Amino acid sequence: MAERLFFFLCAFVAISTAVGVVASRNPVRSALLLVLNFFCLAMLYFTLTAQFVGIIQIIVYAGAIMVLFLFVIMLLNLGSPEAQMRERELRRPLAWLLAIGLFLVLVSQVFVVVGGQSQPRVEAGTARVIGYAMFTQWSFPLLIVAVLLTVGVIGSILLARRRSA
Amino acid sequence: MTLSELGWALLRVAIVLGFLLGSLPLIIWFERRAIAWFQDRIGPNRLGPFGLFQPIADAVKLFFKEEIVPAEADRLIWSLAPALSLFPALVAAATIPWGPNRLLTPVADVEIGILYFLAMSSLAAYGVLLAGWSSNNKYSLLGGLRASAQVISYELGMGLALATAILASGSLRMTEMVAVQAEPLWGVVPFLPNWLVFTPWGLVGAALFFVCMLAETNRAPFDLPEAESELVAGYQTEYSSMKFAAFFMGEYMALLTISGIMTTCFLGGYLAPVNWSPLQSLAEGVGGVFVPLAVLTGALAPPFWFLLKLAALVFAFVWVRATLLRLRYDQLMNLGWRVLIPVGLVNLALLTVYLLYGWLPALAGYGLVTVLYVFWSGGRARRVERRQVLLYAEARPYRRQQEVRHG
Repeated sequence: MAERLFFFLCAFVAISTAVGVVASRNPVRSALLLVLNFFCLAMLYFTLTAQFVGIIQIIVYAGAIMVLFLFVIMLLNLGSPEAQMRERELRRPLAWLLAIGLFLVLVSQVFVVVGGQSQPRVEAGTARVIGYAMFTQWSFPLLIVAVLLTVGVIGSILLARRRSA
Repeated sequence: MTLSELGWALLRVAIVLGFLLGSLPLIIWFERRAIAWFQDRIGPNRLGPFGLFQPIADAVKLFFKEEIVPAEADRLIWSLAPALSLFPALVAAATIPWGPNRLLTPVADVEIGILYFLAMSSLAAYGVLLAGWSSNNKYSLLGGLRASAQVISYELGMGLALATAILASGSLRMTEMVAVQAEPLWGVVPFLPNWLVFTPWGLVGAALFFVCMLAETNRAPFDLPEAESELVAGYQTEYSSMKFAAFFMGEYMALLTISGIMTTCFLGGYLAPVNWSPLQSLAEGVGGVFVPLAVLTGALAPPFWFLLKLAALVFAFVWVRATLLRLRYDQLMNLGWRVLIPVGLVNLALLTVYLLYGWLPALAGYGLVTVLYVFWSGGRARRVERRQVLLYAEARPYRRQQEVRHG
């Protein structure tokens, strides 16, 4: 009972902050609402016994990436983006279409889970399980991702160098 | 969860929060007295015995001060920022064990204990960053930006240092990390515990962690975000009254928590430096008065050792602040990215060599790396270093101007 109450609380905050991210006119407040949203998602992972996934969600997204986002927003000192929005009036119908399509896909998946048998709880998100899967079954994709990230780092350094030299 | 479990959980929370908040005035007093001692002054000595009541008087003064909100500030975020810097400091200590009794400590003995601390300390950047931005003051903004850049950079080094501790103990759970360190030293010396700092990888990791811990808490010599002389206290410039006090409290509680993490990961947590348990069982065997005495020391000794190590680390914080000068911004970034992270990576690699091939290849690796570094740095020292100061070219036109002579 308490667990279900906690789930609904987190879900409610997560959805309302997600709406707030898009609706807010102030980029800094949008970013802050996104941080809160990530935090609630992490809480939901915790209730699914996926402790490791939840804590990584906080460390990587809430703790590192969003700090960087805020950093850039503050550095550029962005105002409200209304001027840019007026230029993109044409893209609006397309955006609505995509949004509704994505929503329908997600809802259909939810109904698949709700209608079917409830799965027995498995330890899917602990550090041991994830580490074992990543370094045995998925070690090749892991290496590919590592190479990709290295290429990205080197590329960004090259771009920064060219600008300053 | 039954009612008694809930009661114990609340008691654990109360103990940790009580300790953090209760030791706060003591630490502030200790820092001021110790700095005074280092600088050959007297320090606050008027209020109470040895000036012990000075922090209470300071708190009361801050409580009754007028709160001034900057006219152009973003009010909501401006008043949120102190709370955001206080929150991680209050909750981050939840997984640190400071005694063997699992009913009293830690608050939550979760599988991801050390990652929980990393997550909470990474959230600490928000308070400072938002305080700097929402004050709408250029000094505050610069302070906030400096703080966030610094925290992001040093979190990597800190993560590498903690990774050595995790790899050496084979667990993310903090109670298990302490339990591993209770084994005999290097597997051979029975009466000494195997603290991580006594191993080469642990020593390097602990040194790395100590530097990163100074930077993470924005303490001297890494206190650029609040540099008084250039940024008029940086992100806290516009804050007064209790909001200023909240930043102050957050800083000192973060200091305590991070010292607790270092104690747990590298300095053997609540373990005594000598293994007393044979002596204890001997006392219990003798019987009589010695039995309650042995039980009492068994219960009181672990928290005592933990607090002693904590106090030593806090003293080290003050010692560093009284000794070292503040770094320049480029020195800060060079130290973080070009020294700490490579050292941490090499250390981690050599630790894996130890885990896979035993201690002989690992020690040989440490020797090899040291020799290579000496040769490389010697070669670099022979080359003459040329530095071009970019600002000079811009400053030259002003220098060329003729001085106007009077008379």
